[in-house]
Amino acid sequence: MKPAGRRWRLPGQHWLLVIPPYLWLLLFFLAPFAIVFKISLAESTIAQPPYTALYEYVNDVLTLRLSFSNYLFLLTDSLYFDAYVSSLRIAAISTLICLVIGYPIAYGIARAQGPMQSLLLMLVVLPSWTSFLIRIYAWMGILRNNGIINTVLMALGVVDEPVRMMNTELAVYIGIVYTYLPFLVLPLYSNLVKLDNRLLEAATDLGAGPVSRFLRITLPLSMGGVIAGCMLVFIPVVGEFVIPELLGGSETLMIGKVLWGEFFNNRDWPVASAVATVMLVVLLIPISLFHRYQFREMEGED
Amino acid sequence: MKTNSRRNIIALFAGLMTAGPVLAEGTVNVYNWSDYIGDDVIAKFEADSGVEVVYDVFDSNEVLEGKLLAGRTGYDVVVPSVEFMGRQIQAGIFQPLQKEKLSNYKELDPAMMATIAAVDPGNMYGIPYMWGTTGIGMIEDKVIAALGPDAPLDSWDLVLDPENLAKLKSCGVAFLDAPSELFGAALHYLGKDPNSQDPADYQGEAKDLLKKLAPSVTYFHSSKYIDDLAAGEICVAIGWSGDIAQAMVDAEEAENGIEITYVIPKEGALQFFDILAIPKDAGNVEEAHAFIDFLMQPAIAAENTNYIWYPNPIPASMPMIDAEITGDPSIYPPPEIMAKLYVAKINSPAVDRAMNRAWTDIKTGQ
Repeated sequence: MKPAGRRWRLPGQHWLLVIPPYLWLLLFFLAPFAIVFKISLAESTIAQPPYTALYEYVNDVLTLRLSFSNYLFLLTDSLYFDAYVSSLRIAAISTLICLVIGYPIAYGIARAQGPMQSLLLMLVVLPSWTSFLIRIYAWMGILRNNGIINTVLMALGVVDEPVRMMNTELAVYIGIVYTYLPFLVLPLYSNLVKLDNRLLEAATDLGAGPVSRFLRITLPLSMGGVIAGCMLVFIPVVGEFVIPELLGGSETLMIGKVLWGEFFNNRDWPVASAVATVMLVVLLIPISLFHRYQFREMEGED
Repeated sequence: MKTNSRRNIIALFAGLMTAGPVLAEGTVNVYNWSDYIGDDVIAKFEADSGVEVVYDVFDSNEVLEGKLLAGRTGYDVVVPSVEFMGRQIQAGIFQPLQKEKLSNYKELDPAMMATIAAVDPGNMYGIPYMWGTTGIGMIEDKVIAALGPDAPLDSWDLVLDPENLAKLKSCGVAFLDAPSELFGAALHYLGKDPNSQDPADYQGEAKDLLKKLAPSVTYFHSSKYIDDLAAGEICVAIGWSGDIAQAMVDAEEAENGIEITYVIPKEGALQFFDILAIPKDAGNVEEAHAFIDFLMQPAIAAENTNYIWYPNPIPASMPMIDAEITGDPSIYPPPEIMAKLYVAKINSPAVDRAMNRAWTDIKTGQ
């Protein structure tokens, strides 16, 4: 098959390979984003759709009307800044917790042998066979005042009054870590499983202890997996809406909820679009970080 | 204003099952609140008219409005609450009703039509489906245990006086996550216009009062309280009349010894209407009129009320409604209470923004 493989790499035909991903990007990222960006430059009005048109073509005159007031509006009220910061904080803390829990899990699976490994992998993936929404509802049943945890604690006499867990930030963290843990474990596992055992053997021969072997060989070599996993958790959590809505209390401020409020309560689609656009810009930093490491990973394999 | 996501699913399946292929002479796509129609009503309409009903449900005005504003929903009949419908009329969402096709139009209560005409001039676009009130649902013995025998059970003092609410905190308090309704109640309680169009009113006294109450509120949500009240997870809720009736039934079925009562506070409360209307881009206008007309038949209106415990605007249905419902002053209030009810009006965008912004501050405790 070698000649065929070579023909693919002929200069001039390269674009055939490049087109699908770009088409994908155009269709599922750039086009929706362009629509959102367009709405963010319009003004809110009572109509269907509830925003003004960007341009008008009357009597051979094209009038373009771009409003930046929506972006300026975000600066006038500290709510938006606070919500971005609070979302980033919650995402960062959840990512860290996921990493602390997920690294040993991924490491354990990568070290396991044969059928045991498949079984463990299966256990990580299995919960996602049930709808995400139903699993969050199950957590409501576990965490509520007369839920499983409190019933057990009170029956054992550990506490007299139920511990309030539902509708707190703690519940939000539990929900997020539980939901997103597999997204960290899987890429990290696929990285760790490739770790060359001979490197560790050589290190042992040279007198390195287990801690030193981990810190100087395993951890640096798995950095790509760590970054990939962390970003897969961090990026979607910043815009998370369902988990804080269902498990969180009213004091949990997240940008997803603010966006929902702008869209549905204020019916201000332009401001909602501006909030979404700014969120994307904020996320560009971790997204590009993610892509750089992914790219480096792939180059390293060649 | 009905909310119950658990029933949502049941209603959806019921809708799917009853939407079986009859002698389909046409189709009508209906988008109604969840758990908001009698068990057999759709099947009866299909048998009666030969029109197939595709029945979907929603659980918040905001979700319905989001779809309507985006356009081309594919629905022929939708059921917004009255103040939402008012704004949607301004946005040009609906088509005028062809009243000559509504043979039961004469059955509607003229007094209610006059009230609704405030937001739908000349009643051009909408027919009231059901109505209800926003009041207080509670587990009376738990409230008395927390507040003592002198607890003001029939007054807004119970939940809008910060001292009282602080004492109720230990047994659990839920407020609707509906800023216009809570601000309405607070403004009314403070002797102001519950529909104030002055943005400053949403920053002053009323906001201060709600902010003082917020730390005692377990959560702000518009449907969770149904299950939680029935399970005794909370002991008092500001909620919608029919939803609290639902909690009563749930508690009874669970046989957990919890007894729930609903009161319309003596100072007065919000009266809401949910309105049947036809979007401008509806594809089955004839069938939509037939469906709306069917719901206005007194026997059908009575069947709906017997099932969902919300009062309807068809006086001739009264004799066919269970005495348990018509005799309940919290569902069919006596005239002196009726006189004190107020109706929500359409807010200007500036008022909506000021109110929602203040609401965020109240909820996040800032």
